[in-house]
Amino acid sequence: MNISWTWFHRLASPPYFYRLAGRLAPWFGWLALVCIVAGLYGGLWYAPPDYQQGDGFRIIYIHVPSAYLSMMGYTVLAVSAGIGLVWRMKMAHAVAAAVAPLGASFTFLALVTGSLWGKPMWGAYWAWDARLTSELILLFQYFGFIALSRAFEDPRSGEKAAAVLALVGIVDVPIIHYSVVWWNSLHQGSTVFVGAGSDIATSMLAPLLTMIAGFTAFFAACLLKRIQLELLERESDAAWVRQLLEDA
Amino acid sequence: MNALRALLHRDLTLAYRRWGELMTPILFFILVTALFPLGLSPRPELLREIAPGVVWAAALLAGLLGQESLFRSDYEDGCLEQLALAPLPLELQALARTFTHWLGAGLPLVILSPLLGLLLQYPAAAMPELAFGLLVGTLTLSLHGAIGAALTVSLKQNGMLLLVLVLPLAVPVLIFGAQSAAQAARGEDPSGALYLLGAMLVLGLVLAPFAIAGALRISLES
Repeated sequence: MNISWTWFHRLASPPYFYRLAGRLAPWFGWLALVCIVAGLYGGLWYAPPDYQQGDGFRIIYIHVPSAYLSMMGYTVLAVSAGIGLVWRMKMAHAVAAAVAPLGASFTFLALVTGSLWGKPMWGAYWAWDARLTSELILLFQYFGFIALSRAFEDPRSGEKAAAVLALVGIVDVPIIHYSVVWWNSLHQGSTVFVGAGSDIATSMLAPLLTMIAGFTAFFAACLLKRIQLELLERESDAAWVRQLLEDA
Repeated sequence: MNALRALLHRDLTLAYRRWGELMTPILFFILVTALFPLGLSPRPELLREIAPGVVWAAALLAGLLGQESLFRSDYEDGCLEQLALAPLPLELQALARTFTHWLGAGLPLVILSPLLGLLLQYPAAAMPELAFGLLVGTLTLSLHGAIGAALTVSLKQNGMLLLVLVLPLAVPVLIFGAQSAAQAARGEDPSGALYLLGAMLVLGLVLAPFAIAGALRISLES
């Protein structure tokens, strides 16, 4: 097997990544806009009301994509932190620093939409149930990562220490994902992907999948933009940044 | 092996000579537990209900209090750098250090827990389960705390940060620990929760030394 790793090494170069991110971000941005508008139309008008929950179920079009991105964000965080630790890649630490606040925001959004939905459906904004608790812990893990990375006088040590913390904390992600399977929780089980098919009617599922795609694209666009900012800040002394400023 | 024994001996001697530091978590454990009957109400049925959670939460906080100083003095006098250069793997040293710290900060809590259980009307028949759960749980918590202590050892104000980093990791241990104690108090079989506690300890024993050693190396670089 002779796989070429040049593309991977090129990604590690800040100026290359900066240009690549600048080119890709608008594409993801427009994709996000189209998908979210279509998904919102589908979710709020096209999909029929639920036979049990009425119109209340429509919050899933925000809740499910946010919850998925909260875990996705932590996975991105932990993987890039691991790459940064193992291969000592500056780029990977920049990605980790850029994704942490973004992931924390989506975790917060998932918790807020979930509790808004929980009040009319369960009769309580909050329940100490396995999935809710583990999602809350995830939020605190994001906060811990951000706090630790900023606590050091030398930012290089801060990002490395925070990377170790991110790797230690990754155990929470499978716990959140499988919490509804392992425990008999108040939060409903998985319904979107069950084996080969799905337990959701197509008219409700299609807008949901569109929203998930839209949120993911939005996440990617924001992440690329944040990485660009992070790079400018970290490399403010580098020649390519000065060149960039002169050109602009 | 000799080096490991010397290290264990040194840590135990140091701990023994600092009686005051050893007593603090124990006193904290007792005082925090005593706050609940005073603050809530001393009704026996209420106390019996909250006893497992209170004992576990108090043990968790008492254990974490001492963690801050785990590598502190060695870091400040430069000992830690020499230890990191020693031929004995830093991972093994980290494990040994965590264990000696647990002997001073965790084991006393385990031994005291039946007494505190009595104060909170916890049924005497379930005491072995409570103490055994705490034995496994405090070991796991010590490993978590050591990761946090290693990450924050080079920072000046690290007490609160350590708690913020370690408490989220400690939540699963607290949940299953309190669950096992509550099940035992109701006369149910607590083995399911105890097995999970054991699994978390095994996972911690295998992986935590690498995280602690890695974090110590990063702290030494800064």
